[in-house]
Amino acid sequence: MHELAITKSMLDLVLGQAEKAEAKEVGQINLVIGEMCGVVDECVQFYFNFLSQGTIAEGAALSFTMVPTMARCRVCDKPFELKEFDWTCPYCQGDKIEIIAGKELFVESIEVK
Amino acid sequence: MLQRFFATLRMTENKELEGELLQMEIKVLKDILDANEQIAERNRQLLDSNSVFAVNLMSTPGAGKTSLILQTLKELKGETKIGVIEGDVSSSLDAEVIGKEGVPVIQINTGGECHLDANMLSSALNALPLQDIGLLLIENVGNLVCPAEFALGENKKVLISSIPEGDDKPFKYPLMFHTVDAVLINKIDLLPYLKFDTAVFSQVIKGINEKVEIFQISCATGQGIEQWVSWLQSQMNQRYGG
Repeated sequence: MHELAITKSMLDLVLGQAEKAEAKEVGQINLVIGEMCGVVDECVQFYFNFLSQGTIAEGAALSFTMVPTMARCRVCDKPFELKEFDWTCPYCQGDKIEIIAGKELFVESIEVK
Repeated sequence: MLQRFFATLRMTENKELEGELLQMEIKVLKDILDANEQIAERNRQLLDSNSVFAVNLMSTPGAGKTSLILQTLKELKGETKIGVIEGDVSSSLDAEVIGKEGVPVIQINTGGECHLDANMLSSALNALPLQDIGLLLIENVGNLVCPAEFALGENKKVLISSIPEGDDKPFKYPLMFHTVDAVLINKIDLLPYLKFDTAVFSQVIKGINEKVEIFQISCATGQGIEQWVSWLQSQMNQRYGG
């Protein structure tokens, strides 16, 4: 459900950047989304198709780079991918972790004409 | 989150396609919710200039946000001037309940949005007598996903997690449990009747969120409310002095 607000915000950001570059058309939008944000790419695409109508970003391709949730063990310091229902370190079984990736939510670049 | 902004333009001329427009890639590297962050920062400054301590209360629907506000009002009556902002998709039921306590209250109806954002809060702040408020309790929309993403300009984020929801919620909503400053385990009076391991639950949250404070409370019996309020007061004193 937060995809609507996120897509609106993303489109505003893209249009602002495109306008600064005096672009006539946005061809592609490259997004980086962390798994932890729970953003569903199909939903973003759906809202984007609707919201971008009549703007220079209409018809632009959305490219999603999804970033898996990564943790670092606060006991042995080793990084590992966080599994769904097990948050213990696979190396030392420590249960104190620090999230080091998976919270990303940004526009990496746009391709314009 | 990423706050950098590079305005570097990389031009890739494509001369083979005659008559076509110049193509270029613009590096943006900007947080999608940057606009919200900026408004949240303005809210933070406004609250700060009025010495208002703001708490963003989040939970599932029915976990006890309104009940916690009522208990907190009762506990701090005569000590701290409190203002309340009620966020709901629709209706003003909660604001009516809180309004009976004689404190300033603003209802925000999000009209379908599943969370409050900084812009909604900004409008509500303009309608409150901030100079007369020491503590602002903001009840977010009942939801464990979306409110975790949207900063409001609050001093503390507090999550209420209640016994009937089960103790597996941190695994299902990691961002929320990772983000908050305090977790209140509410409806602790129901422990004899339901399966909920408070020790494991607390350990899992502490594992992913080192600095989090955890309180066991019951808004029905009043258990643990004193500890929660005393923590709240200590946080306010740290921020604005006693």
